[in-house]
Amino acid sequence: MTSEETPVGTLPGTGALLDVRDLSTRFDSPRGAVRAVSNVSLSLERGQTLGIVGESGSGKSVLSRTIMGLLPRSTASVTGEIIFEGEDISGFSDDQYRQFWGTEMAMIFQDPMTALNPVMKIGKQITESLRRHMGMDRTTAHDTAVELLRSVRIPEPAKRFDVYPHQLSGGMRQRVVIAVALACGPRLLLADEPTTALDVTIQAQILDLLEDQQRERYMAMILVTHDLGVVAGRAHKIAVMYAGRIVESAPTRKLFADMKMPYTEALMSAIPRLDAPPHTKLSAIRGRPPQLVNPGPGCAFAPRCPYARDLCSEERPVLRPVEDDPDHLFACHYPVDSAESIEIKDHLRAEQMVAEAAGGGDSDGW
Amino acid sequence: MVIPMAGSGTSHLRPSEKPLLTVENLTVEFPARRRKVVSAVSNLSFDLLPGETLGLVGESGCGKSSTGKAIIQLPPPTSGTVTLGNTELTALSGKELRQQRTRLQMIFQDPISSLNPRKNVFDIVEEPLRIWNLGDAEERDRRVTECLHAVGVDVDGARERKPHEFSGGQCQRISIARAVVTEPELIICDEPVSALDVLVQAQILNLLEEMKQRFGLTLVFVAHDLAVVKNISDRVAVMYLGKICEIGPSEAIFSNPAHPYTEALLNAIPVPDPSVQVDSSDHLRGDLPSPIDPPAGCRFHTRCERATDVCSRVEPQMAPVGNGHYVACHHPLITPVEISRSVGTTVTPTD
Repeated sequence: MTSEETPVGTLPGTGALLDVRDLSTRFDSPRGAVRAVSNVSLSLERGQTLGIVGESGSGKSVLSRTIMGLLPRSTASVTGEIIFEGEDISGFSDDQYRQFWGTEMAMIFQDPMTALNPVMKIGKQITESLRRHMGMDRTTAHDTAVELLRSVRIPEPAKRFDVYPHQLSGGMRQRVVIAVALACGPRLLLADEPTTALDVTIQAQILDLLEDQQRERYMAMILVTHDLGVVAGRAHKIAVMYAGRIVESAPTRKLFADMKMPYTEALMSAIPRLDAPPHTKLSAIRGRPPQLVNPGPGCAFAPRCPYARDLCSEERPVLRPVEDDPDHLFACHYPVDSAESIEIKDHLRAEQMVAEAAGGGDSDGW
Repeated sequence: MVIPMAGSGTSHLRPSEKPLLTVENLTVEFPARRRKVVSAVSNLSFDLLPGETLGLVGESGCGKSSTGKAIIQLPPPTSGTVTLGNTELTALSGKELRQQRTRLQMIFQDPISSLNPRKNVFDIVEEPLRIWNLGDAEERDRRVTECLHAVGVDVDGARERKPHEFSGGQCQRISIARAVVTEPELIICDEPVSALDVLVQAQILNLLEEMKQRFGLTLVFVAHDLAVVKNISDRVAVMYLGKICEIGPSEAIFSNPAHPYTEALLNAIPVPDPSVQVDSSDHLRGDLPSPIDPPAGCRFHTRCERATDVCSRVEPQMAPVGNGHYVACHHPLITPVEISRSVGTTVTPTD
């Protein structure tokens, strides 16, 4: 458990906006310590987007909350460094964090209904932070808030200033949440599954909006999602998480062009494709992510991995760069394109063809 | 608010092919304040052949879930007919309707809240059999074991454990077992994978296909994710604000959308390929209008780029644009063809 793991993207100390080094988050539970995040290192430049992808329980939300400083200190113990603008913020007091939230770093949550105060008019929820952090007077704050509502494309912003969250649709509420988050001009926006609760058409609108705002404000963004499709066209680089660790990370195009980690491949091939004919059987790996209490010595993905061999359950692979490419990191003994994995892949394909020739009767080993 | 003549038409129905389910002029309205009504579903018609999967797709609020619920008469529709086999469900009395219940089952979006938290899983799956007095204790036990086994839930664990001890994906498997246990003919799946991760979603979709083969099911699959709908459906109906705007074979709808709304929905899907540039100019603007006072004429005209004067005045009727492919649009992306009814209905589900 050393800092053997190099940060994603750039080298440390080259002036990244955010530089997370060897970050771990543990929760105490009656069954033992839950290692929700283990030895994560990553970095993010100004104006860039990092996509963090993984299943439920992969630790992606805990990671973003740890970076944001939102976890209760009584139950969560955090080690490692979170360097923002050259300053380690991991040791901040509650008071320091309160100064920091909104102006430097802000967050958008999945469910726009619970993120907003249901008994406060939406305008007030925006002016609250403007007045507190920016010291604006009532009228300036009001005008700024209306402008913000306009910028997140809420129709008739002056009128909507005085409505309650329940009077708005889900997409409109998420726009208000974005307006609240952007109010004080943060330099980093963490978006935790911002569109998961929304329809595809509204999802596209919200992602477009985030992209526009990001470009205008030259803001960095961490986009947390379980859907590789969401980050494919939007993120500059992607980190795939599994069982609390980053298992693969690379600039987006590189990751999609040349996946190394079998888990990334599994996430990718489980997505139903629009270009595939109806009733195409989806490749679904069996099982669920492991419990994070007392993890075994091997690769956490080994029990579900189609290419796993003995070594995988004995020794945990370290996150290492692809030979001629320091930007592309992966943690796997037998990556997707290794001779061993190709051999298994060919074997599986042959088996499947035999099963199909035998006329259905195919079953996933779930 | 429904003018009987201004429906979306019924030319896309296939009465000659002995459909299992025929829904005609289905209207679902809910009372709203100030004596207004929310018209969730207006004058909707479609049919389903035995063994077919129909995908109902659209944004939240388009009436797709209300349609699914109206089919199983929970609550019964405001007007219109739902015919299952030879039985007209809307005409039945409470007791007669209950007799038909075993033929229809439903799977819900949230797998955890749709299972009774205080019962163990085995009892949950057995309950429909007990209610219907189907078989003796031994037969019931065998049937439940068979169904749990089929969906991949550990039977011994199911006897002891309650739903909260299972993951979301496992709970959805249990819901599926409960739905198939009475050997229904038709299952309404209301967003069954929307609350699940991609990997679990893939498992459940594969499982539904397998159950369909194994138990000879006919499915109505309600979802907002088009890629999921394409994967599972033989036929797809795209809904907007209580109306069907386009219906046809899955492949045709996706490769050759005829309605501008379908095209907009397709453009909104995130493509898992970074070399595909996201083009935000293709994305639909605005929200769904209120179903209390829906736009006159074509309901989509307020958000449609192709809309002209006629769209705000005259409601478009279903017109054929290909083999079994129908669209209700004044300015469709494919030119309507003159097909006589018999030719237009000869499409069979691609099995």
